[in-house]
Amino acid sequence: MSLLNYISMMRFEALALGVVIMLLLVKVFSEKMNASVVLGFVNLSLVALLGISFVGHPHGTAFGGMFRIDSTLMLEKQIITLALLLISLQANSWLKKHSSYLEFYVLILSVIIGMYFMISSGNFLMFYLGLEMATIPLASLAAFDFDRIKSAEGAGKMILSSAFSSAILLFGLSILYGTTGSLDFNRVAENFSLTSHLELLALAFLLAGFAFKISVVPFHLWTADTYEGSPIAVTSFLSVVSKGAALFIFMTALYQVFGAAHEKWMNALVLLSALTMTIGNLFAMRQSNIKRFLAFSSISQAGYLLIGVITGSSLGMASVFYFMIIYIFSNIGAFTVVSVVSENTGKENIDDYKGLYKTNPMLSLALMVFLFSLAGIPPTAGFFGKLFLMTSGASAGLIALLIIASLNMVISLYYYLRIVKAMFVDKNESPLEDFAKDNYSKFVLIFCVIVILTLGFCNYIFGYLQSLSFGL
Amino acid sequence: MSEMKFILLISFALFFIGVYGFLTRRNMITMLMAVELMLNAVNINFIVFNKFLYAEKMDGLFFTIFIITIAAAEAAVAIAIIINLYRKFNSINENEIDTLKW
Repeated sequence: MSLLNYISMMRFEALALGVVIMLLLVKVFSEKMNASVVLGFVNLSLVALLGISFVGHPHGTAFGGMFRIDSTLMLEKQIITLALLLISLQANSWLKKHSSYLEFYVLILSVIIGMYFMISSGNFLMFYLGLEMATIPLASLAAFDFDRIKSAEGAGKMILSSAFSSAILLFGLSILYGTTGSLDFNRVAENFSLTSHLELLALAFLLAGFAFKISVVPFHLWTADTYEGSPIAVTSFLSVVSKGAALFIFMTALYQVFGAAHEKWMNALVLLSALTMTIGNLFAMRQSNIKRFLAFSSISQAGYLLIGVITGSSLGMASVFYFMIIYIFSNIGAFTVVSVVSENTGKENIDDYKGLYKTNPMLSLALMVFLFSLAGIPPTAGFFGKLFLMTSGASAGLIALLIIASLNMVISLYYYLRIVKAMFVDKNESPLEDFAKDNYSKFVLIFCVIVILTLGFCNYIFGYLQSLSFGL
Repeated sequence: MSEMKFILLISFALFFIGVYGFLTRRNMITMLMAVELMLNAVNINFIVFNKFLYAEKMDGLFFTIFIITIAAAEAAVAIAIIINLYRKFNSINENEIDTLKW
């Protein structure tokens, strides 16, 4: 295979790596670089990254099956790249003031390269390398608000729990290697026999390791602390990109490697899904910090996503992707509002949002759209995402789980609307004053609002998702 | 074969000692050491399976080398974060690092 062919297959990784190297060179050779020039350059290269992904249809494997690419994997990479671009734009004003904006991008691009490799992996060795590359720099990013004490605490909790979870995952992998004799996804799937108890033990360990990364209850304890402690850009990255990438590889592993054991892990996942939705919701209700509130809301959203993962039908997979795309826009939008408010006033409590509509009507309306989409109220795209997930669950006959899910959706309305009520109805003597929003955040907000309001009516997106093969 | 069973017994014991240590100890450095124990149990597993069962290919051996490398990187970042924490809290005891709750 020619070099050009390799580069075409690994275009995301190659370009992102190029940007990282360039940033490091800038750091070494020109100390006094203008911040906005560097930020503009990185944002442009992220746009380029997204742009080149639409050229041609690369598919195939490299390095003896370690690395694979096809149109589904391309779509997954496009989704996380788009999310990173939006987060990068949203963080622009925060980064301009930050002393280490360059290191921020070096770290976050390393994380995204790790995620690309993790998503494309066809071998557990590659998967593990990608996973660690996506986790270790992320922990140092969580500590990036140097003068906030909570940021350091969140990072400490994150690195310890992620090290613990990857050790559990690795133990599962080592047992799997012992019973099947290979690390290649396809070979493991061939040699996987349901009779051995040791293999089920390995599956349980792997499930626990993955559940940590997607922050599924009861493995969610680090999530809320880390989300609250981290800078807002990193929190939105954790809740959207990190969760999405882990979920994508989780689906691949479940169906391509453990497809034969569907019956066995299905029951475990049904239980985890029900627990995740319920506990995420119950804790979200009693939060007063809006970042922590969004952390618990994202935990319960992961519970809904698991419904689609459990079904194992192509309808289920398509609706997981669809929900994920919508979730990215809603969650990044919500975090952008939080970021704008916190950047200008330093306030992060829900009580501070009282009477926001009086002073910042557009911002409040935007946040309302995002929260409605997260709650799944009809004109917004979030409704369609949940509808498809429920449909796929119903066609797989998961009635008990769907009853729990719909009860949870009603409960979740309460706390999403509590914020809307705080902004629009509640009286406040001294609401936050009107402040100037920077253009990048405005762009992200407008973009997300438009997408959320229109995406649900674009039939062909769901049609395209259904046409993809998910390796079932 | 009985030799392999014996070594596997050790590695399983090592792993669960690590889990126990992680869950009961509150000093962050000790917790990190517990994680290293778990990783070493994994390493032993890989080497044993490779040597006794699948000696024709060296998959397990390579995996072990990568695990050792990444564990070193992880420990470096973790210790950097813990030092940062110590500067802010004057403690590395999990029970005293408690500004974030519920």
